[in-house]
Amino acid sequence: MQIIKDNQLTENTWAYLADDMEIADGDATVSTSRLKQHSQTLLNRKGKLGVRLTPEDSVSDIAELLPKLSLIELHFPELADGRLFSQAWLLRNRYHFSGEIRATGHFLPDQVFYLSRVGVDSFATEDQARLSSTLAGLKDFSVNYQPSVN
Amino acid sequence: MYQYNEIDQKLVDERVAQFRRQTERFLKGELSADEFRHLRLRNGLYIQTHAPMLRVAGPYGLLNSKQIRKLAYIARKFDKGYCHFTTRQNIQYNWPKLEEVPDILAELASVQMHAIQTSGNCMRNTTTDHLAGVCVDEIEDPRPYCEIIRQWTTLHPEFDYLPRKFKIAVSGALHDRAATQLHDIGIHLVKNKNGEIGFRILVGGGLGRTPMIGHVIRPFLEKKYLLSYLEAILRIYNLYGRRDNKYKARIKILVKETGIEEFTRQIEEEWQLTKDTLILTEERINAIKKHFVAPPYELSAAEDQTFVLHQQENPAFATWYKYNTADHKAPGYRAVFLSLKAPEVPPGDMTDDQLDAVADLADDYTYGEIRVTHRQNLVFADVKQADLFVLWQKLDRLKLATPNIGTVTDIICCPGLDFCSLANAGSIGVAKEINQALDDMDYIHDIGELKINMSGCMNGCAHQSVGHIGILGVDKKGTEWYQLTLGGTSDNEAAIGERLGPAVAKSDVTKAITTILDVYVKQRLEEESFLDMVKRVGIEPFREQVYANH
Repeated sequence: MQIIKDNQLTENTWAYLADDMEIADGDATVSTSRLKQHSQTLLNRKGKLGVRLTPEDSVSDIAELLPKLSLIELHFPELADGRLFSQAWLLRNRYHFSGEIRATGHFLPDQVFYLSRVGVDSFATEDQARLSSTLAGLKDFSVNYQPSVN
Repeated sequence: MYQYNEIDQKLVDERVAQFRRQTERFLKGELSADEFRHLRLRNGLYIQTHAPMLRVAGPYGLLNSKQIRKLAYIARKFDKGYCHFTTRQNIQYNWPKLEEVPDILAELASVQMHAIQTSGNCMRNTTTDHLAGVCVDEIEDPRPYCEIIRQWTTLHPEFDYLPRKFKIAVSGALHDRAATQLHDIGIHLVKNKNGEIGFRILVGGGLGRTPMIGHVIRPFLEKKYLLSYLEAILRIYNLYGRRDNKYKARIKILVKETGIEEFTRQIEEEWQLTKDTLILTEERINAIKKHFVAPPYELSAAEDQTFVLHQQENPAFATWYKYNTADHKAPGYRAVFLSLKAPEVPPGDMTDDQLDAVADLADDYTYGEIRVTHRQNLVFADVKQADLFVLWQKLDRLKLATPNIGTVTDIICCPGLDFCSLANAGSIGVAKEINQALDDMDYIHDIGELKINMSGCMNGCAHQSVGHIGILGVDKKGTEWYQLTLGGTSDNEAAIGERLGPAVAKSDVTKAITTILDVYVKQRLEEESFLDMVKRVGIEPFREQVYANH
């Protein structure tokens, strides 16, 4: 599956490790509950570790583990859940997370300009047909009124 | 007033281009109706009972003559020849075609206007005192801060998908004419004991189905922290405001459920972490203030006394002067209200021809600026007293000089069932009936200050819960009924009106209103206003009479 990363199309290299799947080597994302329960096992594997945040999750709950994570996915169950925008801002500005932050789930090409401004740097669209409009959406505006992450 | 620079213009132009692409994608089926809904609402576009409705931003109620002419042009070319001014100082068109909305937005952008964030769950148009900069009781002109907030709120990347809509109002005067206590955030310019001017910040006011008065969460905030403090409030709200129930999603509910002390603690804690990263500098404030310098008032303006003679000779002019003009800080000047509450006209509506004529009058008599009031009238803020008589005659010919500002026929009213898909009731029709029943101007003036606010549904767009008399349309098994409240006010001593009794049938509303007025006229003390009398005697004497035959 293709995603957008750093303003370019690229192949996704991360595996989705569901809570009922066995822990294995390789770059993989897990839920926050699994991360908290099995952090040591997960970190001892070979491969990079990522976590999937939902709007209900609190960034502060995983603050201690952030330096060990390479990817944080922000999952949109619906496009209007704006909590994820603040979560991205907190990750970058308050916790100085420097790894990849990826939007997943149901968001719109029309939201990626905002998402990139609050620190999201990769985008996995549910619908591959929307990749080009998502890429274009990053350039919807060339000006802005407020400081943010970018 | 504020003039766009290259960045401002680019932003609105790019927004128009973005919305044009969005509309095309929707029409081609590339965006679902629900997806497009979020996008169009953030450009002020509703899909309504009869046609889409487009809400255009009137930034803190301030427009120039060129913009008014553009509104007239849009009304003529894209609509049915009129538009509607709202309680939040915005402008609504009720008949635009979806495919043409991008063109309308492009027309607006050509005169430094837009419809950005005039609906949807985001930060809306900031509103303020319609007498800002000219009133006699001002601590400081709030408009520069409104513009600073306008820019900060516009396309804010973190706060465009809030739990619910979010409204900010700013007041710079002793008398609150902006209903700041009934906004998600209310901001008052205040002077502390050292003589420094800063902001008092209120949070959690609001109307709608659970009306609440805002709480002061910071009695004094230094100016440089304005934006960092707003950011802290918005972040806490965005993260913790309820998203499970849209009727409980406003910040007022979060404040209530969290408790004001704990809520304030959370805001202060968040703010301490960010306060020094978003400083509003003195230079920036001064740069914006340069856009709001007073016009070159004529020092000799007060010498003219012909307007006194005209009042003596012409009682109609004298009445208009008394009700439709207000004191001005500059000697020899008055602020003039243009009443959009003529009998027979839906409150707040104006035709294209009226708009064009008003633009010309503004150029001739008030430095080309027009303000929209939250009671749905217009203001010419800087009129020389020597010009009042001529201006009155011209306004009278345009049917914009009904001497009823602040009186019982200066009714705030939402578009209601006639235009709005949310409404339960035809509020415009009821307003018209009340207006027709109260056709005796002497009686109206004898009643004095009395604010009737009427909404066609619980959403309370016309602020009925803070009307001295509030009228709320409710649906009972498919028929229209009206709930009356008494004693509400949005002024300094803000209060939510008390329910008079069971809702009355549509055909009985006017009778109920005239009965309430009769009780007031019979039982008032000398010089006692309606609101003061309700405070003194409560609602019982009114209830007895209104329901006497039921």
